[in-house]
Amino acid sequence: MSPDAQGPPTTDTLVSVRGAHVRFGAGRGAGTGAVRAVDGVDLEVARGEVLALVGESGCGKTTLIRSMIGLEPLAEGSIAVDGLEVTRNARELRALRRRAQMIFQDPTGALNPRHTIFEAVAEGLRIHRVDGDETELVTAALASAGLRPPERYLRRFPHELSGGQRQRVLIAAAMALDPVVLLADEPVASLDASIRGEILALMRSYVDTHGVSIIAVTHDLGLAWNIADRVAVMYLGRIVELGPTEEVLADPQHPYTRALLSVVPETRGLEQQILQGETPDPSRMPAGCRFHPRCPVVASGEAARLGIEARCRGEDPVLTQRSAGHTAACHL
Amino acid sequence: MSILELRDLSVTYRTEGGDVPAVRGVNLTIEAGDTVGLAGESGCGKSTIAGAVLRLLPAGTRVDGQVLLDGEDVYQMNPGRLRAVRWTSAAIVFQGALHSLNPVHRVGAQIAEAIRVHGSVDGRAAATRVGELLEQVGIPASRASRYPHQLSGGQRQRVLIALALACEPKLLIADEPTTALDVMVQAQVLDLLASLQRDHGLAMLFITHDLSVLTHACRRLAVMYAGRIVETGLGVDVFRDPQHPYSRALAGAFPTIGDPSSRLRPSGLAGDPPDPSALPTGCPFHPRCTVAVDACRTTDVQLRPVGSASSEASAACVHVEPR
Repeated sequence: MSPDAQGPPTTDTLVSVRGAHVRFGAGRGAGTGAVRAVDGVDLEVARGEVLALVGESGCGKTTLIRSMIGLEPLAEGSIAVDGLEVTRNARELRALRRRAQMIFQDPTGALNPRHTIFEAVAEGLRIHRVDGDETELVTAALASAGLRPPERYLRRFPHELSGGQRQRVLIAAAMALDPVVLLADEPVASLDASIRGEILALMRSYVDTHGVSIIAVTHDLGLAWNIADRVAVMYLGRIVELGPTEEVLADPQHPYTRALLSVVPETRGLEQQILQGETPDPSRMPAGCRFHPRCPVVASGEAARLGIEARCRGEDPVLTQRSAGHTAACHL
Repeated sequence: MSILELRDLSVTYRTEGGDVPAVRGVNLTIEAGDTVGLAGESGCGKSTIAGAVLRLLPAGTRVDGQVLLDGEDVYQMNPGRLRAVRWTSAAIVFQGALHSLNPVHRVGAQIAEAIRVHGSVDGRAAATRVGELLEQVGIPASRASRYPHQLSGGQRQRVLIALALACEPKLLIADEPTTALDVMVQAQVLDLLASLQRDHGLAMLFITHDLSVLTHACRRLAVMYAGRIVETGLGVDVFRDPQHPYSRALAGAFPTIGDPSSRLRPSGLAGDPPDPSALPTGCPFHPRCTVAVDACRTTDVQLRPVGSASSEASAACVHVEPR
C-alpha cells in the first residue's frame, strides 16, 4: 500500500511504521508455529495527532506500541519515531525512549509503593539526565497534570492517592521528559468511569499545549470518540480499518468494526452483532481473510450472495481506500 | 413477596483507625424476576451491600437494619439455615473470575462440589448436572475437566455464572461481572445473563460502576454515593434523564458515539469520592457538585419521590422538586 492511500492528515510524520512484524516463539521465524502478534502493519502518525488503536485482547495492539520503543524486537520491517530508527543499540534506544513515553493501564502497579511521588517523577529525569532544578521540574510537571498544589504531593506515597491521582502522577512523570509522543496502553481502563473523562481531558490538553502526539491503545470506542483524531482497528495482528474518527465510527467499512461498534452500549440505532468465541490463536492464522471464521457477512450468507465468499476464504484482503484517508481491508 | 428487601440497612466496618460507615441507611426491594442495577464509584458501598445480603462481611462488622431474603431475616438465621440459603436462595458472581476459582481444582469438580453440598445427589448425577450447567452458559461440557488457567477470561466468568446457578437460586447478585472483560466478551456475558434472566425468571442485583452497562441489563437502577442511594428509577430514565447532579455526571461520562456535543470533549466528574470515615457535612456530594448552594453544606436531603405519579423515580437533592 502506498503511503498516500493511508492519508496522514499532515505531511509532518512523527511515527512511521513500515511492514512491521513481531513474532513470539518457534524461533520467531516466518514459518508455522510462531505467534504472529503483529503481522504486517503500516502506519503513520502525525505530530500533534491523537490516534486510537482499538481491538480485542490479543489483537496485537499493545505489542505494536511496545515495539515502537524497542520493547518487542521486530522480525521484519522498521519503525521510526521523530526521525530516530528503533534499533537494538542501547544508547540510541535511550534517546528514543525519552521522546516516546509509555503510560500504562494500571497506575498502582506502575508506581513503586515505597517511592514518594517526588521520586516517581524525578526518576525519569535522572535516567535521562535532564538539566535543571529537579524539584522545580517535578513540581511543574505535577501542577500541569492537575495535582495542585504540587508541594502537597511531593512527600506522599502512592497508596495515599486515589486511582485517578496516581494516573496523573504517571502522566506527569512522562510529560516531565518533554516527549513528542505518549504511548498510552488502556490509560483509563482501570479507573472509575466517572473520573475517566478528567484524565482523557488532561491527556488531550497536552496535545494543545505541548504539541505532543498520543497513540492510545484501547478497547473502548467511546474513548476514541472522546479524544482521537483517527482510529485504527486491529484484528489478529493487522490493521483492518483506518481513518478519521468521525468516518470510522459513523460509517464503518469493515464488518469487524461494525460488530465492535454495535456492542458499545453508547451507540444508538445499530443492531447488536455479538461475535461468538474469542480472537483465534495467532499462531494458527486462518487462511484467506483472517476475520472470515467470525465474520457476520460470511456467516449470514451475504458474502455468498455477493459472490465474494471464495475470496473471503482464500484471499487475504489488503487495505483499500474507501474515502479520503479512510481505508479498510475487506473484500466487500 | 419480594425476593430481597433491604430495610434501612447500615454497615459499619470496625478498623484500627475507627469506625467506617460504608452503607448508611439503604432501602431497596427486588421483586421476583426483576433486574436491579446498583451503580456508583469505588468506595460508595455497593459491594458492601452484596456482601451484607449473604452475611459475607468480615467478622466484627456492624450491620443495622434488616436484610429479608424471601421474607426471612438473614441476620436471624442460624448457621445451618444460612448455609442452606447461600447458593439456593441467592448466589453471587464476583468480579475476579481468576481469584474466585480454585486454581488446583478442575472447574467441573468445583461446580459439582456446590451441587453435592446442597443436595443429596450421587457423583454421576452431579457430573451430568455440571455438564448441563456448562452448556447452559455456552461452554462445551467436555471443558469440565479443565483447570481455570486453561480457560480464557470470558470462559472463566461463564464458569462462575454456572457455579452460581448450580443450586438454582432465585436471586443472582453479580458484582462487576464484566469489568475485567473485553468489549465483545462483555457483550457475550451480558447477553448470557439476560437470557438466563428471561428463561429462568431469575431476579438479579447487578453491581457496577459502569452505568451504561446497567442501563441495558437492568429494568431499574439505583445510584449510590457515600453509602446512600441518591437516585432510583427506571434504567432508561436514570441514564437519559438523570435527576441528581451525581447521576448526571455518571451518565455524562459515557459519550454517545456520533453525538457531536461529546466529540473531543471528554466529560467527567472532578475530584474524588469522599473518605467514608470523614464525610463532608450536609449533602456528602456538595464538594464535587457543580450546582451546590449554601444549604447543601448543612442539609442532607433524603431520597424522595420525584416526577409524575406513574414514574418510579426518587432522588435526594435539594434542586429536585418533590412530588
